[in-house]
Amino acid sequence: MISRRHFLLLGAMATPALAQLDPNIAAKRKAALDEAVRAVTRGVQLRPGRVKLDVPPLVDNGNTVPITVSVESPMTQADHVKAITVLTEKNPQPYVLRAHLGPRAGRAIVSVRGRIADTGNVIAIAEMSDGSFWSDTISVVVTLSACLEDGLI
Amino acid sequence: MAAVSVTVPKTAKRGEVIEIKTLAAHVMENGFRTSQTGERIARDIITQFVCTYNGVEVFRAELYPAMAANPLIAFTTVATESGTLAFTWIGDNGYSVSHSATISVA
Amino acid sequence: MKLIALLALAVLARAGEIPLAERRSGYDLMSRETRAMQDDDTTNPALFTLMEGEALFKANCASCHDDMKGVAPRYPAVKAGELVNLEQQINACRTERQKARPFAYESKELLALTAYVGRESRGMPIAVSPDDKHLAAGRRLFERRQGQLNLACSQCHDDNWGKSLAGTPIPQAHPTGYPIYRLEWQGMGSLQRRLRNCMIGVRAEPYTYGSPELVELEYYLMWRARGMKLETPAVRP
Repeated sequence: MISRRHFLLLGAMATPALAQLDPNIAAKRKAALDEAVRAVTRGVQLRPGRVKLDVPPLVDNGNTVPITVSVESPMTQADHVKAITVLTEKNPQPYVLRAHLGPRAGRAIVSVRGRIADTGNVIAIAEMSDGSFWSDTISVVVTLSACLEDGLI
Repeated sequence: MAAVSVTVPKTAKRGEVIEIKTLAAHVMENGFRTSQTGERIARDIITQFVCTYNGVEVFRAELYPAMAANPLIAFTTVATESGTLAFTWIGDNGYSVSHSATISVA
Repeated sequence: MKLIALLALAVLARAGEIPLAERRSGYDLMSRETRAMQDDDTTNPALFTLMEGEALFKANCASCHDDMKGVAPRYPAVKAGELVNLEQQINACRTERQKARPFAYESKELLALTAYVGRESRGMPIAVSPDDKHLAAGRRLFERRQGQLNLACSQCHDDNWGKSLAGTPIPQAHPTGYPIYRLEWQGMGSLQRRLRNCMIGVRAEPYTYGSPELVELEYYLMWRARGMKLETPAVRP
């Protein structure tokens, strides 16, 4: 006879596992990314170019991935990058970073270390002072490291 | 003890673009992990980083759970005048750390 | 005496081992970006652990010890007949000389001190003194099949290094940079923690921290990496 406590624990354990097994998870995350991109650009057309996203195409470990975004811009009062946003396609939520720059930056470049959960796209969007939006997208392959602590592999 | 590390040149020429590298010791618990018993581990991340130069904001960033632990943020700023660069990190659960560095600009 | 030495040499240098000139650090297998994380002292994620280690050393050890240069490459070592690793040596100092409680394995204090002591010898060649008995024991552990996957360390790390295992290249497994910042852990850890991960990887019951088996394995691995440069604190996937 299973005790009530054990029954509840089993239920609690099953729910997150079922969430992971959601067959629509990829579609949901893609939709979340599209919505985030729309939120960033506020409906303005997103054009590829001017942005250089530097991220390893094959990451050593998805927990810590060096990401550098640089944008061609004179960074003057009249013509500069206002913001840089980095997003991913497969993470549980799409944003990595939103950086706010301006002419005082001198150069439009920001480097961080991000988490990339699974193989997929990483996108960098730059908002310019003239209201235009530019982007770069890189497809990144993420593998699991060998010999982990929780013995998944 | 909340530790941070900032690397910024001590001196610069006026108008020179200098590189600033910052690191903060923080677990950046993303809020999506579950414990052995299936409970969601609560999010605990740094959410904001600001850099001011003699009181004027020159760089600001919003951080999300997809930032790695011990987050690195490196950026640039123009060395306009001598003075103080102040850095502030703010996050969940009342996390708030400040650090400053002086720069001499000739 | 010379005959015994020659025989010992023959026993210790068997086929299957990686030829000394072909040994490579795991550093070489990492991407340019991960290597940059290790190389830049100002942004190496082990930075905070090093800062703590320096502070702890100054507060607790500097009254007796000047300078830790050359210490880490010699561990594990045989002290008073017993094989001890650096963590155990630090704890022996604490309990015997300072009458203080020992630091637990993987505690931030012990990781900080071993990282600091290790960094003081960065760039120096690994130079553990060979002790036949302990080396033979360590080698046996390295070559012993274990776990549900029934694999021996040597099968991956001597025989198949460089090949891909589930998309990741197999390193030669030289402990050149411990304690490391492992990206997988998003934190620092000792060689023993990494070895336990390996054992979990082959579905073996991992040896407990501080067990003679783990120290012997550490010892054998360090001897196997003799002459290679210490990289502490290294960054690894």
